[in-house]
This record gives sequence, C-alpha cells and structure tokens, in this order.
Amino acid sequence: MSDMTQGNAPGQHYPPGQHPDMPPPPGTVGFVGWLRNNLFSSIPNSILTILAIYLLYAAIPPILGWAFFNADFEGASRTDCTAAGACWALIDVRGKQFLYGFYPDEELWRVYVAGFILLLAILPVLFDKIPFRKLLFANTILLPVTGFFLLSGTSGSPEAILPTVETPQWGGLLLTMVIGVTGIVASLPIGIALALGRRSNMPVVRTMCVTFIEFVRGVPLITILFMSSVMVPLFLPEGVNFDKLLRCLIGVSLFSAAYMAEVIRGGLQAIPKGQYEAAAAMGLSFWKMMYFIILPQALRIVIPGIVNTFIGLFKDTSLVLIIGLFDLLGIAKTVVTDANWIGLIHESYAFVAVIYWIFCFGMSRYSIWLEAKLHTGHKR
Amino acid sequence: MSEAAQTASVPEISDEVAIQIIGMHKWYGQFHVLKDINLTVRRGERIVVCGPSGSGKSTMIRCINRLEEHQQGQIIVDDIELTGNLKNIDAIRREVGMCFQHFNLFPHLTVLENCTLAPIWVRKVPKAEAEETAMEFLEKVRIPEQANKYPGQLSGGQQQRVAIARSLCMNPRIMLFDEPTSALDPEMIAEVLEVMVNLAETGMTMICVTHEMGFARKVANRVIFMDGGEIIEQNEPEEFFNNPQSERTQKFLSQILAH
Ligand SMILES: Nc1ncnc2c1ncn2[C@@H]1O[C@H](COP(=O)(O)OP(=O)(O)OP(=O)(O)O)[C@@H](O)[C@H]1O
Ligand SMILES: [Mg+2]
Repeated sequence: MSDMTQGNAPGQHYPPGQHPDMPPPPGTVGFVGWLRNNLFSSIPNSILTILAIYLLYAAIPPILGWAFFNADFEGASRTDCTAAGACWALIDVRGKQFLYGFYPDEELWRVYVAGFILLLAILPVLFDKIPFRKLLFANTILLPVTGFFLLSGTSGSPEAILPTVETPQWGGLLLTMVIGVTGIVASLPIGIALALGRRSNMPVVRTMCVTFIEFVRGVPLITILFMSSVMVPLFLPEGVNFDKLLRCLIGVSLFSAAYMAEVIRGGLQAIPKGQYEAAAAMGLSFWKMMYFIILPQALRIVIPGIVNTFIGLFKDTSLVLIIGLFDLLGIAKTVVTDANWIGLIHESYAFVAVIYWIFCFGMSRYSIWLEAKLHTGHKR
Repeated sequence: MSEAAQTASVPEISDEVAIQIIGMHKWYGQFHVLKDINLTVRRGERIVVCGPSGSGKSTMIRCINRLEEHQQGQIIVDDIELTGNLKNIDAIRREVGMCFQHFNLFPHLTVLENCTLAPIWVRKVPKAEAEETAMEFLEKVRIPEQANKYPGQLSGGQQQRVAIARSLCMNPRIMLFDEPTSALDPEMIAEVLEVMVNLAETGMTMICVTHEMGFARKVANRVIFMDGGEIIEQNEPEEFFNNPQSERTQKFLSQILAH
C-alpha cells in the first residue's frame, strides 16, 4: 500500500517519455471501487441502495419461509399440511393434471415422446452449429404431422397402437404448449406475409391485409376465441363439426399474426431504399430479394419485438379457459375447487406462475443471446 | 484529381450499339424531370455525365436499368426494349451492373457472400465457381484479404471497391456508376478511380455520373452535360473542357474547376 501511495504523491514529475505505469489510486478498482462507483456514487444513489437492501431484507425471508422452510411437501389432502407455510402436497398429488390435464394415464408415454420430439425440433431452429442439423430439421418439418398423430391418435378402436384421445382430454401444460407452439410457428410466416402484403403496391392485396390487421388488432383475443367457438359452428352446415381446439388454434394464430405483422413492418421500414435498389439492380426477383436481402435484415432488427409477441402469445393462451379448454391456468383454477384442496390458491397459482416464468424467461434470454450473436459489427 | 490528362490505353470502340435512348421523357408526378433525352452508346464507349445538382443525371441512368420508369420514348439496351415486361427487365438487369453513391452493400453478408449471391441465384453459377470468380474480382480491386469481413468493417473506399467487384461478378456488358466517389474522402477517391480506370481499359461499356474531371479526361470518349432535365451539350473531353459551347456549360465548368 505504501509504495502505491508513494507513486501517486502529488507534485512528482518525470521527464517527458519517462513516466512509468502506475497502479490506479486505491478505492477506484476492485470490490470497493465497484461499490463506490455503482451503489454509492452520490447521496441519492446511496439512499436508494439502502432502501433497496431494506426491501429485499423485508421481502425475501418471508417468501423463502413460506415456500420452503415452513412448507409441507407431502400429504394426501390439505388437512395433512400442518406447517404454517405452503402446502406443496397439492402439486405432489395433482402434478400430473397440471402437466397433462385429463390425458389418460396409460397413454401418457405419447405425451413424453411428443415432448422429446418437440425438444429435438426446437434445437436446429435455435442453434445453427448443431451436429446432425439437417436430420433434426427434417424432424422439425414433420413435427406438425407426427405431433398431431402422436397426441390425438390414429384410430378410434382401443386396440390400436395409438387410440384416439379426444382434444377435450388434453389440458395443463400440454395444452398450453400445443397452443403456444402452434401460435408461434404459425404467426411468424403469416405475419411476414401480412407485413409484405401491407407494403405491396397492389391495392387489392394491400387493402385486404390492412383490413385484416386492423380488424384483428381492434378486438380482444377473448372475442376472437369466443367467435371461433360459438359463432363459427352457427355458419357451418349441420353435422360438420370441427374440433374446438383446432378452431382455437386458428384464432390464436391469426390474432398473433396480426401483431407480428406490425412488428415486422417496423423492421421492413428500417431497411434503406438502397438495399432494395442494389438487389433489384443485380437482377434478384422480388421473392429472392426479400428472402436473401430484406427479411434477414428486417427480422434481425425486430428480434426484441418478435420475442415480445411470442411471450405475450404464450401467456395469452391462458384465455382459452373462457371457451372451456383447461390449459395450465385453467387446471390451476379447477384443482383448488376440489374439496381435498380447497382454498390452496396461493400454491396453485404460484406453481403455474413459475412454469410460465421459466418458459418466458427462456425465450427472453434466447433473444438476447441471438442478438449478441447476430451483431456482426455492421453499421449503416 | 490533377488536370494531367494522360489518356489511358483503351481499346477501340465497336460500331455495335449497346444502349439507345430515343425521345425519352420522365415525370415525377407533375414534375418533368427528363425532357426528350436522345442518346446512343456504342459498345466499349465510356461516357461521363455531369451537370448541376438536381439536373436529372441519376434519374437518367437509373432509367437504363429500370430502377425508375420512363413514361414516354424508348430505351433499348442490348437490343432489348425496356417496357413493363418483367422478362425484359430481368434480362437487362442481368447485363447491366450498377454502382451507387452509398455503395449499398448488404451489411448482413460477408464481402464474399455479397459478391456471390447474385451469380448463384440469378445466373445459377455453382457456388464454388462463383466464389472463385468473386476472389478473382476482389483481387482485381485489390482487397482479396477482406473477403470474409462484413461491409461495416471496411473503409468507404474499400466498400466501394467491393461494390464494383460485386457488380462485375455478374459479368455485365454495361456498367453504370452514380457518383461512385462523392461520398468518399480524397485519398479513397484515388483508389476507387484507379479501379475504374482499370475497368475502362478492359473495354467495358461505362456510363459514369461523376464530377471527377481528371477521370473524365483520362478515360471518357464523350462527356455529357445535363441541366434542367435535358442534355445540353456533349463532346469529346478535350473539346468539352477547352471549348464548351453553351453558356450554361461554361458556367458549370468554371464553378467546378474553380476549387
Ligand atoms: N422519387 C422522386 N420523387 C420526386 N422527385 C424526385 C425524385 N427523385 C428525384 N427527384 C427530383 O428530380 C430531380 C432530378 O433528380 P436527380 O437525382 O436525377 O438529380 P441529380 O442530377 O442526380 O442530382 P445530384 O447531383 O444531386 O445527385 C431533382 O429535382 C429531384 O428533386
Ligand atoms: Mg444523383
């Protein structure tokens, strides 16, 4: 310490070009320096720091106490929970319902297989330097078909390998994932098409896209779900009955596609005219220009907006409760009406909130990672 | 550029017509930008277009590859007339390369990818061959070592040279330049002009909008002066600079040669 201060002694001069490298003054680097620069840099900042520490102190121990230290983890009904904290026995006993709704027990393997296929399908989309990417991509492309047959079955007879499981039996996280993934997968391409249509110079195409977007954005999702489940059957001929879940999937996809279209249009507008002109001058056709030049740049700009829409969509799936589908939140709500577990709303909703949060936070982190990866140092 | 007018060693011009513009007019809404443009460019000819700002120079050369649409008259490039017919437009764009004032490189693609995209997807050249050609042209513009960088990592002069290489990779028969050096610092202007002089020496048909009079004297066969949407005067460079005919040309030349 002493020679450090010596080096900084005021008034010490060196001939030009002879100045040695010196350590920085004490208290400006390391842990103390960091504290000083970030948490206690001024009086208001110090007050805020202390206030924040106090709030953390006041909030965290009770939460931890409720969730872990004073909680019961086992039991057959809420009367088995004697501690003051949470009664996680609910999750222990009803966990299956949270995850799969009313999917028959002996067919659950299909859900696991579907989940595994989904995981494999997501990998090549998220990461471009993954081994066997081509193979995995084939799986991704087939996912709508394989997933559909796995989950809903191929034949009504119970002897079949994949007997039919009617969609009303689907529920919980399974249903949330089905709606969320379908919505995400469908809304991006539809959104791109709508955004391009809205910028088209063909008046008919443009008007149709604008009308669709403005109509869908102008009504709440609940309305659309309601219309798809109650109104659409009125227009269908007698005897034609198409699945409630399917109608709901279409509704959710179109709804988020309208939002997606506007996000993507923002990206398209940020691309300078010169990019279009250079591409056109090289003889690229409209679609090649869009695919190779414009969309890669436009989508990259709006990654935060796209992921934001995905997250919103994932959480909005909980509105399907209104048309009688029991997604994750729907299950959370019904489980606590059971006489054995009545009143355990905190535990039920907290559990569901954590699951939602894990997925949404995952999407958010991925988007940050992707942005950093795509930041190739280009400026315009 | 200095006034030293050493002429570059350029091949002969053929009698074949590369571009013919006959009685062409263009309007932006009510605004009459181009008025009765008549111009014949023979294969191998190098034409410099100059004139005050807003005189319609860019608009004219952009009509040649249909980045802008003309409303009256005819434009015939390589015996193909430019009409609304998309096939003709595509055919012409394959033969006509263009370099812009602001380079317009694709920032999300590497230099090499910028150069190979159109050959692969428009000309259907196999990837390996396209890359080989691209490297050849990048060597000609003397930046092969930058091939795997992104445009944003290059200087302005380097970017413009990449843009020239990118156009050349399509193997065009005609090159259009719209003020390729006017967004550049002086030391970068020299490197880009050098590349353009080399290009002229290969016998490429070129139309350059530029105010680089040294370049015009060195390589142009003809200098065209435009004002108010019309071609006011055209002549060989020596005649044009030493003995301008119209008053407007004289005024323009005195202004740009003054500084
Ligand atoms: N898209 C457009 N819409 C309306 N007017 C335009 C448009 N583009 C150009 N103009 C006008 O047309 C005229 C000619 O423009 P042009 O860009 O061809 O000029 P220029 O000779 O290239 O000028 P500069 O040397 O500044 O590049 C200008 O008056 C300009 O304001
Ligand atoms: Mg111009």
